[in-house]
Amino acid sequence: MAEAITKSGFTAHDEKITARSSLFYRPQAKTGLMSWLTTVDHKRIGFLYGVFALFFFLVGGVEALLIRIQLAVPNNNFLSAQQYNEMFTMHATTMIFLAIMPLSAAFFNFIMPLQIGARDVAFPRLNAFSLWVFVAGAIILNIGWFMHDGAPNGGWFGYTPLTTRTFSPNHAIDMWVMGLQLLGVASIAASLNFITTIINMRAPGLTMMRLPVFTWMTLITAFLIVLSFPAITIALIELMMDRSFSTNFFEVSNGGMPILWTHLFWVFGHPEVYILILPAMGIISEILPTFSRKPLFGYPIVVFSGACIGFLGFGVWSHHMFTTGMGTVATAAFAMTTMAIAVPTGVKIFNWVGTIWGGHISMRTPMMFALGFIWLFMIGGLSGVMHSAAPADAQQHNSYFVVAHFHYVLIGGSLFALLAGIHYWFPLMFGRKVSEFWGKLSFWVIFIGFNTTFFPMHFLGLNGMPRRTFTYDPNMGWSNSNFIATIGAFILGVGVTIYFVVMVYTYFKGEKVKNDPWDGRTLEWSLPNPVPEYNYAVIPVVHARDAFWYQKQHKAEIEAEKAKAAKEEELHGGIHMPFQSLYPFIASLGLLIGGIGVSTMDSNPDPKVIVGKKLTVCFIGLAIFLYGVYCWALEGNEGYHIHLDNHGDDHKH
Amino acid sequence: MSSVASGVIDHHHDSTTSTGIPNKKLLMWAFLASDCMFFGCLISTHLIYRLHPPAGTPAATQIFSIELTSFSTFILLMSSLMMALAVNAIQKGNLKSMRASLILTIICGLIFLGCQVYEFNEFVHVKHLTISNSILGTTFFTLTGTHGIHVLLGVIWLTSMLIYSYTGRLTEKDAIDVESMGLYWHFVDIVWIVIFTVVYLLEYI
Repeated sequence: MAEAITKSGFTAHDEKITARSSLFYRPQAKTGLMSWLTTVDHKRIGFLYGVFALFFFLVGGVEALLIRIQLAVPNNNFLSAQQYNEMFTMHATTMIFLAIMPLSAAFFNFIMPLQIGARDVAFPRLNAFSLWVFVAGAIILNIGWFMHDGAPNGGWFGYTPLTTRTFSPNHAIDMWVMGLQLLGVASIAASLNFITTIINMRAPGLTMMRLPVFTWMTLITAFLIVLSFPAITIALIELMMDRSFSTNFFEVSNGGMPILWTHLFWVFGHPEVYILILPAMGIISEILPTFSRKPLFGYPIVVFSGACIGFLGFGVWSHHMFTTGMGTVATAAFAMTTMAIAVPTGVKIFNWVGTIWGGHISMRTPMMFALGFIWLFMIGGLSGVMHSAAPADAQQHNSYFVVAHFHYVLIGGSLFALLAGIHYWFPLMFGRKVSEFWGKLSFWVIFIGFNTTFFPMHFLGLNGMPRRTFTYDPNMGWSNSNFIATIGAFILGVGVTIYFVVMVYTYFKGEKVKNDPWDGRTLEWSLPNPVPEYNYAVIPVVHARDAFWYQKQHKAEIEAEKAKAAKEEELHGGIHMPFQSLYPFIASLGLLIGGIGVSTMDSNPDPKVIVGKKLTVCFIGLAIFLYGVYCWALEGNEGYHIHLDNHGDDHKH
Repeated sequence: MSSVASGVIDHHHDSTTSTGIPNKKLLMWAFLASDCMFFGCLISTHLIYRLHPPAGTPAATQIFSIELTSFSTFILLMSSLMMALAVNAIQKGNLKSMRASLILTIICGLIFLGCQVYEFNEFVHVKHLTISNSILGTTFFTLTGTHGIHVLLGVIWLTSMLIYSYTGRLTEKDAIDVESMGLYWHFVDIVWIVIFTVVYLLEYI
């Protein structure tokens, strides 16, 4: 494994750089465990995000299969009701926060800086911090499986008063609160970094309206994250205060209102669904032009409708709450905005269809997944806009119809696009390509399995089967559809297994390809394979929207330009690279220890003991965190320089 | 001081970025946008609960001491002036003047925190308003406490900068660090103006 990793594209072998005399430990290792813990290279960080996301994707998948086994037949007792609650809570939380979001983050990290012609993100160490805080949050969310109190069981929405101390007395909810809080920190830190990078680190000539659409969607998603996550941060803080310090935010007897939680949660929760789908739309907008051999149809409209979705996304949250009795004016207003947000989404679909219309289509595996995305996302979108009619929604609310809808947009939408993206960028990342046969086979098995699982759920929902129900009676008329859905889930499981086994096989033994195997259009394909640590030997100058396509048409002009730019860059001291750093990891370790202390331990009931075990652990965590942060600030953002000679060999000093 | 260098460094334009705005400044602005939503949610919580007090909730005007809070508000606003002077000083390379302004900013911040500690103590022990005995106490202490933590972090940050200006780590070329810190400090002040208006003054209308 270690050998294979060092072989892979973005982990070049380099001789050691002479260490400076410094108070602070600056790790130099380019291989081995230490190099991964201290890396600030956006490509390696992206790779790690991907590895963790895929691991949790499999965990969430196993949880889904356990749910489906339980529901396969009526009156089943494969899982207890308590275990079932843990399963559906952790399945949703894992898939949203630990699988889809980090998988998107993996692409943001790996692809976005390459697309804008940058050598790294604006704050490489902050980027590493985001990664490790994400891992800390994931650990705290899942630690309950190994503890007496069990995993979180209050639903991914964590509605109060169910999640208050009165009704959930043990630590499971505390872990959920702490885990989500840390994931929020990780997401916001990463997004601030991406915003700065995209606005400030574009290559010369790369104006905003020449940005690749994936980069645009990264930017919009980052804005959604920094503006919507504070709402759940506050909601979680209020819940934590209620649970730990007996405040009254959600305590009805003292004037608290549980509906406040619902509002705050969905003020975050609805932008969150666009956080999940916009990166997917960006990926699709890259893949379709490449495999249709045409520029994206209506680029400005695609960008503006993306921004429009992001903007309107903040004004639709109450359509999750039509049945709470908000009053007719509020209900009508949110019904209208919900219908309105379907418009830019539909515009995008037409633009994608316009892109492939009349194109010279090559049906490769990424294209199959991308076309599958359009189909399935459209079905999910149509059932979604049905919910905007408040009277109809009152019938569909909390039924399996809703489950069918959001799986169509989350699996059929987000996941299909991410799976397409993995296939599409795999040659860029690892210099190997998945075999077409196995790639297409996995597509068809996933496609069939997915539809077999979730299409019957529409009918289950309309026939009245409620969500989150742990079992049902045989005389309800739900037995056949449930059994079909369970079979479908296993087909889907087989498809996903094929996909990942093939992926791992390809990583080690797949067919080697040269750079630019798809005849790509955007800058990342101009890079040699493996992608060097510094990405671009010479920062490219962008002349057109599909920058690399232009370069391929104007070779002589670009060569001359590059030679000139290389000379200038050498005069300015060569390629600047940041040093690796251990301190983002240490700071996250502090948060992990403190978080475990806060969320899993009992406070000492004895008033004579002021600093009990819980406080001790919290203080240790805080001390490690502060140590990490201060050393991080004090070690400075120095780096070293690489000088390329004519043969492309690098010399360092 | 480094008057020779002061003409050389352009503090308002960074030629290495696409927009000319330094990265650190852009990051801080984006963070403050996020922090706006953060305080926005807390302030909304307070405003919503204020409209629906259950029977037995103490009247806010009986508890607040508007004279003390007005004083501490004034002090915090003055600290913003000092902070602006500190940023101006380091951009001119005048470390000595920056240190003086920073020290005054820190002192103002500490006076504000001292007033808050006194106020909290008074409310809990004399006026018997605790974080758990009424909804007013819950939202009041959580909101103003969160703001107080922001001020405390700012004071620690400023103190660190002050120390490093003596050890030689912080010089004119790090003016952007002081400027970004200044943005944070002004933001915390502006949030306090909103809190002072909607939590305190609103009760006297």
